[in-house]
Amino acid sequence: MRILEGQDVTKRFGGLVAVSHVDFYVDQGEIAGLIGPNGAGKTTLFNLISAAFPINSGEIRFKGQKLNGLKPHQVCKLGIARTFQQIKILADMPVFQNVLVGAFFGNRNRVSGTDAAREASQALEVVGLSTMSTAPAKDLTLVNQKRVELARALATKPELLLLDELMAGLNPTEVSEAMELVTRIRAKGITVFMVEHVMKAIMGICERVMVLHHGEKICEGTPHEIACDRQVIEIYLGEETHAGS
Amino acid sequence: MNIATLTSKKFLAPAVLVLIVVVLATLPLYISPGTRTLLLDFLMYIILAVAWTMFSGPTGYISLASAAFFGIGVYTPGLLYAEGAPLLPLPVVLAVAGLVAFCCALAVGAATLRLRGIFFTMFSFGLLGAAQPIIQFFEFETHGARGRYVESIGANNVYYLLLIIFVAAMVTAYLLRRSRYGLALQSIGGNEEAAAHMGVDTTRMKVLFFGVSGIFMGITGAMMAIRWHYVDPSIAFNLNYSFLPLLMALVGGMGQLYGPVIGALGFAYLRWVLLSTQYYMLIFGIIMIVFILFVPGGLASLIERGRHRLREVIAKLPKRGETTEHANT
Repeated sequence: MRILEGQDVTKRFGGLVAVSHVDFYVDQGEIAGLIGPNGAGKTTLFNLISAAFPINSGEIRFKGQKLNGLKPHQVCKLGIARTFQQIKILADMPVFQNVLVGAFFGNRNRVSGTDAAREASQALEVVGLSTMSTAPAKDLTLVNQKRVELARALATKPELLLLDELMAGLNPTEVSEAMELVTRIRAKGITVFMVEHVMKAIMGICERVMVLHHGEKICEGTPHEIACDRQVIEIYLGEETHAGS
Repeated sequence: MNIATLTSKKFLAPAVLVLIVVVLATLPLYISPGTRTLLLDFLMYIILAVAWTMFSGPTGYISLASAAFFGIGVYTPGLLYAEGAPLLPLPVVLAVAGLVAFCCALAVGAATLRLRGIFFTMFSFGLLGAAQPIIQFFEFETHGARGRYVESIGANNVYYLLLIIFVAAMVTAYLLRRSRYGLALQSIGGNEEAAAHMGVDTTRMKVLFFGVSGIFMGITGAMMAIRWHYVDPSIAFNLNYSFLPLLMALVGGMGQLYGPVIGALGFAYLRWVLLSTQYYMLIFGIIMIVFILFVPGGLASLIERGRHRLREVIAKLPKRGETTEHANT
């Protein structure tokens, strides 16, 4: 079943067409990847899904419901959570409070204080930050700040999780841990749609990958098909790094 | 989260508040009218600073519109009194003042809170600039005089009513800080975009609590009109009622519930002491600069740091049991 579907999605910034007539879909329960060179429109597409920007034309549907015209908090309450490429943590607040915001407000229904606290603790446990819950978020390392973002996204009880370059800036060990974490999150029944430059992660955990270039979708398929595609190799992967590196 | 620290803190603030209220409630029995006048001023500034901090503290949206909402409150009894005597019972007049200020704050908030940072601040300041001439024009056209008289109800009655408003403001601020809405406002101050993407309806939260803080400013304005006996636009919309609450909150520290209270006390006292000299604004300015540069967290942050250090020192003190053990070995 298609949990998320976009048709003819277009976003213009002045004269620049950031996303151009893109059709895409994400199936329920899968880990779908979105790759492409810098400036290809990957983050813009995520911003359109999460309603950070209004869409110019086309439409995006989540479980059959049209997302056009909704506000970010409404999209979140419907069950779509996201992390940000440029970390947007609540720097001066403790880690626990960061996650608590998502637990309180991300749910469609009103959540009681005890339920929200439990939800936040569970989310912190999933990402492995339970021991740091009282530390101010700004004191954490990059990888842990990314985990805070992930935890608060999880605390909103999403059905679909948008991960915007979760692995960027992490060392190989951390990337492996993050891959394992994403797999575990999917095992909980959460569909994952991820923008990623780390090909190891794309090849390792994605079931299906879409490639954007200059705002257009140029290719779509299994990671293996993508890695062997001439056009993708030419514009993104390069000769040296193709085929599952 | 450490449950022990949560529960121990849970009862501290209400207990302290109750104690302060009891002391304040009995004060008029044995203080001079002069001191009571001073206390009235203190209470007014505390309420304004606490109300300002409710919204601007956690969100970081620095509002300079306080004097507009205060002034609207000041003018409400002016309009609801005929020949100086009230047309409606006093509680209704106060409620109307709060309601009118609330509605104005909602309207202004809905129109301006999409602006961020300095743009919001300047717009809120502009609002204040617009309010005074509009009311003044309206007064000249319809009333034919510059000001209006308001029947006084006696300084003691004003004092007790103001005390009730003070308690209401403190309780609201206390509950807000502990509630999910306080958390939402804080998340807006932390990162508005992230807050929205976590499900916080940022616009609704901002507008609603800008309005709530306006209620207290409006009611306080109405109380002060009754105390002053006479109102005119330049008294009602005095710039000081925008700048002083901000200064007080800044110097007192917005991180703690009591921050704006001690800030307001300090400044109101200084103002009283220095008012006879021409230098009080100069001294206020210097204090503000010093605090912004060296103590950005305000007095409250200094006190909290002191408390923290004290706790550390106490924790390090050898306990009785341990010393005897040492003696044995």
